[in-house]
Amino acid sequence: MNAILETGAAGFLARYEALLGRLPGDSTLRAAAADAFRTLGLPGATRGRRAEAWKYTTLQPLGGMSFGSSGPPPAIALPNAAARLVFAGGAFRADLSTSVPGFARFADQPEFGELSWPDRDPMVALNTMLAEDGAVLTIPNDRDAGIVFLVHAGIDGTSAHPRHMIRLGRGARLTLMELFEGEGCYVHNPVSEIHVADGAVLTHVRMQTESTAAFHLATIYAAIAEGGTYDSFTLNIGGRITRTEVHTVLDGAGAVAHLNGAQLLTGSQHADFTSVVRHAAPKGTSRQTVKNVLAGQSRGVFQGRIEVARGAQGTDGYQMNRALLLSPDAEIDTKPELEIFADDVKCSHGATVGELDPEQLFYLRSRGIPDSEARAILVRAFLAEALDPVTNDTARGLLEDAVARWWEGQA
Amino acid sequence: MLDIHGLTASIGGKAILKGIDLSVPAGEIHAIMGPNGSGKSTLGYVLAGREDHSVTGGTVTFEGRDMLSMEPEARAAAGLFLAFQAPIELPGVNNANFIRTALNAVRRAHGESELDAVQFLKLARAELKRLAMPDDMLKRNVNVGFSGGEKKRNEVLQMTLLRPRFAVLDETDSGLDIDALKIVADGVNALRGPEFSALVITHHQRLLDHLVPNRVHVLAGGRIVRSGGPELAKELEKSGYGAMLAEAA
Repeated sequence: MNAILETGAAGFLARYEALLGRLPGDSTLRAAAADAFRTLGLPGATRGRRAEAWKYTTLQPLGGMSFGSSGPPPAIALPNAAARLVFAGGAFRADLSTSVPGFARFADQPEFGELSWPDRDPMVALNTMLAEDGAVLTIPNDRDAGIVFLVHAGIDGTSAHPRHMIRLGRGARLTLMELFEGEGCYVHNPVSEIHVADGAVLTHVRMQTESTAAFHLATIYAAIAEGGTYDSFTLNIGGRITRTEVHTVLDGAGAVAHLNGAQLLTGSQHADFTSVVRHAAPKGTSRQTVKNVLAGQSRGVFQGRIEVARGAQGTDGYQMNRALLLSPDAEIDTKPELEIFADDVKCSHGATVGELDPEQLFYLRSRGIPDSEARAILVRAFLAEALDPVTNDTARGLLEDAVARWWEGQA
Repeated sequence: MLDIHGLTASIGGKAILKGIDLSVPAGEIHAIMGPNGSGKSTLGYVLAGREDHSVTGGTVTFEGRDMLSMEPEARAAAGLFLAFQAPIELPGVNNANFIRTALNAVRRAHGESELDAVQFLKLARAELKRLAMPDDMLKRNVNVGFSGGEKKRNEVLQMTLLRPRFAVLDETDSGLDIDALKIVADGVNALRGPEFSALVITHHQRLLDHLVPNRVHVLAGGRIVRSGGPELAKELEKSGYGAMLAEAA
């Protein structure tokens, strides 16, 4: 018997039906998520109105594709790190991982958390419906857990929907370095829930160098308690279509959120960085600098929203999106939004778009620096403002190398 | 060393240089003076190879090579240096890295070994000391937040480190106090020798008191209307350009 292979949203729903009863965790929550996904569909690939949040990004190509759940894993170079958790096609690979204190598999300890909105976000609904594995990482109070690598390898022809839960106790510290790689055409649809307790500091560096045929659709929810810091940086280099959606709530007084990023795109790549920062408590600080370097016919999207709740006096919010267009066919779309219900607030946002400055280029070349090297210097200088806050040497080195490799690929 | 014949150039379709003839032999310093808008800066940019300045006629040969066919970086590698009238700011680019990259690019082009960061800093600090400039000039981003005088001095620092064979100084003295002026003059005088030539574009006689030129040329309306010895600068200081332009017309 030949089963008719369902594509698009129907394909994912068929997989859910086939897995019914065998998925870990709350089955009622999953059923509700499946209902929501049936209604919401894949933005741009399912008939009906596309949500405002997906104004600039369509998953239309997914409409005609179908994905399996397993296959031979790709050969990727693993970081030489003491604490390393490796997932391939969304499944934990104990054989490639090291022992990391405080780690459990979602498959064994399925926790969907309380921050996500599967009823509103189609990619979160899809993840909630199909999540089979993921990393549950718990750092006890006052523990400095150093640096932990979380490596995701995409497998050709598959879709992965891992569910991650990161909890930092009071005063705990962690640098979480996520690497996204893979081969061929696949979907990577992770949802991460992050809790930063009082005075804790999470440095979250995400380096996305997926296959350029892949779909990277990630959603992050972070809640920061009193005096806690969520310091994140995302580098998007790979992927055919990438969506990075970050929801951060500054829940306690004096909480700090940094949502910085850089997107380096070429060919017909599309990357959408969408963020919502909610200041729910007084004296919070949020900083966001997202830089786009766009070559070929690529398209960058930045949607940033800062919400300041009624009681969040003394809020300090800053958001900046800059784009450097290296080609006349590249495009950037920016939508900043401020929603302020408190009166003692300092909030600013801005956006710039430009090309390499011919005067700067000439100045460098007049000093003997060859044209290609001069351009590389100016692109690195453009990215510096976003990269400079990444102070962890290991993370910074990996990011700089990825940027340098990207640039060499453009020559 | 540098021979310019019948050079014409335009910016955005507007003719600025209308036939320049000028030869600067090896070991000589020539001054170019002239009223605003006469084409002095354009001449500097054209020599350095700025793309939006179109050369419409004439030749420039530098040590026998056709310089107009060379890219800006090749001209620098051949030994040309332009000190900008308004040095460009490069946010996010460290000044030491910038100058070292430039120096190494030029050394590479000459088949010389590159300098590592330590070797470079030693060299640069010695030069800073000689030019009475603070060390922190190297740590800052290129020209960002520099005062007008600091920007000009940074040009001189680049020049003395790159050791060009031919320097064009475009109003490097403008906006400088007398001490800074001496630093600029000292920078050029330090390079002076039988293998070094310079074209010094200036409005003022006072730089030429410290940097005595072999020849002075007056540029007006895109042409050199008069040439003479150092005494020509003094004459201009006294009687201004008006009399001279009337005389030339």
